[in-house]
Amino acid sequence: MAEPSVPQSFAADGLLSRPIAWARTNLFKSPGNTVLTLVAAWVLWLLLPPLINWALVKATWVGDPAACRAAGGACWGLVTEKYRLILFGIYPYDEQWRPFSAVLLFIGMILMAANPRFWKPWLGAALTAGLVIVAVLMWGGVLGLPPVSDDRWGGLPLTLILSIAGIVLSFPLAVVLALGRRSQLPAVRAWCVVYIELWRGVPLISVLFMASIMFPLFMPEGVTIDKLLRAQLGIILFTAAYLAEIVRGGLQAISQGQYEAADSIGLTYWQKMRLVILPQALKVVIPPLVGQFITTFKDTSLVIIIGLYDLLSSTKVALSDPQWRAFYVEGFVVAALIYFVFSYVMSQYSQYLERRLSAGVRRQ
Amino acid sequence: MPKDEVVISLKDVNKWYGTFHALRDINLDVRKGERVVVAGPSGSGKSTMIRCINRLEEHQSGTIQVNGTEVSNDVKAVEKVRREVGMVFQQFNLFPHLTVLENLTLAPIWVKHMPKAEASDIAMKYLERVQIHEQAKKYPGQLSGGQQQRVAIARSLCMRPSIMLFDEPTSALDPEMIKEVLDVMVELAEEGMTMVCVTHEMGFARTVADTVVFMADGQIVEMNTPSELFGNPKEERTRQFLSQIIRH
Amino acid sequence: MVEPVSSSVSSAEFHHWWNNERFRGVLYQLLLMAAVVAIGWFLVANTLTNLNARHIATGFGFLDREAGFGISEHLISYMPSDSYLRAFEAGLLNTLEISVLGIVLTTLLGVVMGVARLSTNWLVAKLASAYVEAMRNVPVLLLLLFCYSVITVSLPLSRNAFNLFDRVFLSNRGLRVPSLIWDENAVVVVTAFLVGLLISVGLAIWARRRQDRTGQEFPVVWGSLGLLFGLPVLAFLAMGASLSFDVPHLAGFNFAGGSTLSPEFAALLVGLVIYTGAFVAEIVRSGILAVSYGQTEAALALGLSRMQVLRLVILPQSLRVIIPPLTSQYLNLVKNSPLAVAIGFPDLVSVANTAINQTGQAVEGVTIIMGVYLAISLILSFVMNWYNKRVALRGGR
Repeated sequence: MAEPSVPQSFAADGLLSRPIAWARTNLFKSPGNTVLTLVAAWVLWLLLPPLINWALVKATWVGDPAACRAAGGACWGLVTEKYRLILFGIYPYDEQWRPFSAVLLFIGMILMAANPRFWKPWLGAALTAGLVIVAVLMWGGVLGLPPVSDDRWGGLPLTLILSIAGIVLSFPLAVVLALGRRSQLPAVRAWCVVYIELWRGVPLISVLFMASIMFPLFMPEGVTIDKLLRAQLGIILFTAAYLAEIVRGGLQAISQGQYEAADSIGLTYWQKMRLVILPQALKVVIPPLVGQFITTFKDTSLVIIIGLYDLLSSTKVALSDPQWRAFYVEGFVVAALIYFVFSYVMSQYSQYLERRLSAGVRRQ
Repeated sequence: MPKDEVVISLKDVNKWYGTFHALRDINLDVRKGERVVVAGPSGSGKSTMIRCINRLEEHQSGTIQVNGTEVSNDVKAVEKVRREVGMVFQQFNLFPHLTVLENLTLAPIWVKHMPKAEASDIAMKYLERVQIHEQAKKYPGQLSGGQQQRVAIARSLCMRPSIMLFDEPTSALDPEMIKEVLDVMVELAEEGMTMVCVTHEMGFARTVADTVVFMADGQIVEMNTPSELFGNPKEERTRQFLSQIIRH
Repeated sequence: MVEPVSSSVSSAEFHHWWNNERFRGVLYQLLLMAAVVAIGWFLVANTLTNLNARHIATGFGFLDREAGFGISEHLISYMPSDSYLRAFEAGLLNTLEISVLGIVLTTLLGVVMGVARLSTNWLVAKLASAYVEAMRNVPVLLLLLFCYSVITVSLPLSRNAFNLFDRVFLSNRGLRVPSLIWDENAVVVVTAFLVGLLISVGLAIWARRRQDRTGQEFPVVWGSLGLLFGLPVLAFLAMGASLSFDVPHLAGFNFAGGSTLSPEFAALLVGLVIYTGAFVAEIVRSGILAVSYGQTEAALALGLSRMQVLRLVILPQSLRVIIPPLTSQYLNLVKNSPLAVAIGFPDLVSVANTAINQTGQAVEGVTIIMGVYLAISLILSFVMNWYNKRVALRGGR
């Protein structure tokens, strides 16, 4: 039987046949689709060239507002002028290598936590040690570093401190809450449910308010608690409730057979959890865990409400300079880009991890 | 015995998935009342071929005619063909959000514009035929695999098709439920329904089929009566396949 | 023959009362209760001491006192001489206003974007994906501040406002539109609309019954639209085709007359909707993808049209998957509305904040805030759980 010829649309009759065929199926398949494509293309035509013109062609890179206004394009001069304020807040100028090192250290910690090769029991301790080093770097007062009080901390390091410490330190509490919610003991379960539902039911803003205004009242006479610590504590307590639900989801996903097998070889409750159940449960919930980290990372922007200067509020402060007020777009775009890069990279990586890890797991 | 009228006709049918040639020069005629079983290894194009008949897949060249209507891009033609041809799937594909009865009456009500009472009567009759009528108010999730597949067969029958297509109807069933579904299919065949059935159940092929079509690599390798094909296969490929599957 | 192990161990090692599982269970719970009580008592005692030392009152009596501060927009009437309670009510209504409008608009945007992401048209799908990815990776507060800056900095001053037929004005003071004067004509037209609504509901019920009886379909959607538009128009013409409006006009530095969409309200609404809409789009997309393609094939094989397949088979099944996470997103929108504080919209938290600053009664203020949001969350969750149970797919062998 002779091999029938390949139909026209797939014949290799030139370099253009493939793209044209692709365009025909993906853009112009039906009259309705063609209309959509044309409308979308027209909208892009209206927006993109002026945008590129503004952002790159007519842009000014020097820090002179008058020059910017004259040029009419984007004023990236704002960034070149104010980048230190945006990135590091009002940390003393000469010591800014310290928050910079802290940011590098944080990035290292994130990379380490993301690499499956480092998922050993000592990871938590290592991350906590990293946090301690960062604290020493930022506070100073020891090892010959001049002290810098934490109300001068700000910008990207503050955002990273609040979010990373928030996740790392709330994790143990979250695990305890998740286990407690699944406990057979009614009182334990009840309190865990109350905690989780309470903190999940209220806005983070109200938690930050509570932390800022009420925590000082909770302290015994004469004991003060500084603002950063209040906010951090509030974030930890809040995040623990959300992490607890994620961990609980992972615990539920583990089949009953695993629990039974662990029991049958004589492990105690805590050994069972530590050696058999939790390692599997946590691996299963990596995507939601990363999602929660991204959420916490973005939520730290709320501390502007209680007077702390994270990345976003530093940007806002930079923009409150009347000379630069008109160029708010550039300021927000830069801040948005920083958030976007961190978050997008993390979420893409978590998808990659998920694919890699599930490749080895046969679905029942 | 099948009458002489040709109800399904495939002429020089070819289909590509991208550059993969899934169906090569398929030529097949099915007569009224004929029972055709299509067998072959995985990836041979069996399912693709019968799905082209009711346009769940599109063929790129050649013609397919069902009851005189050509299967093409014409929406009206496709709707007509789908009303006359019923299909049973490997995964049953019952609608989980509807009861068994509602599964059966959905198409008669919305496609044939039948009043609800009339549709329900017809549905109950078919449910009785496949012996599921006590489960009429249950949801598919509450039934066993074998029961679900019988409901799926009844659902197709409610549209009174003149041709039934089966795409590996028992492959997803536990062994003890295969027989109850095959029994229903045998009954249908004995009543004179034109059937094209893709299956691995060779016993069914031997007892019921008028023609067995053996496909491999997108082509029809051999086509004959069951006794001839199983007893006296003419092609090497057919012999190879038969030796692999008829071992128990 | 193997000697049983237990004979070499004294049986007194087992069955100690402190190893008894039930006893331990009770013990742990008692310890937990004791710990909770102890911590609670510690916190409360400290708080009372501290409050006393600063001469701050306790209790909710302050709610009856005169508030003494203004609220820039309010759905109910409010003056600074009203009580704190009244102020809280105004704030709460503002929160509910943003929440309800936000939920409706977010759903619309999210559904459109979710479906667009699934489009076979590559360009449309990619644009929708870009939107979703952008919103998911930036903080909502950034978006809000950006929207607010756009409105207050980039829109023109009142005297240079964009105007549409000299009736609608857009400036950095907000959007000003003519408002309907509530006279006899207006009442009749609106009543006609409501009557149209009722008749539409009746029409849908009647059409369904008719289809059951005879199998024939009736175009309910077109019929209802006709009623909802036609009846009010008829009433309008019958009353002499005159409706009076209060048209805004420039008076000094601002406009007078008509009704306003303030920059704060607009920024908050637009920001929240654009942000939450992206998450809803993702949820809608996963919901539709969750229905296996076999369902579509089976329905098509039965002869149903594409629209019928979508309406009768795909949509009901997707809704089951969509509703739970959708409710979470609605809750997130409500819990994000207090960001109003950052741009000056007087929602509940904003008002409460002012009250706390003035009276110093932080405990009561925060309790009110958290109590209200907790109530809203619990009610929404309860409704969602009830709906979920009702439509859950029965079975599960």
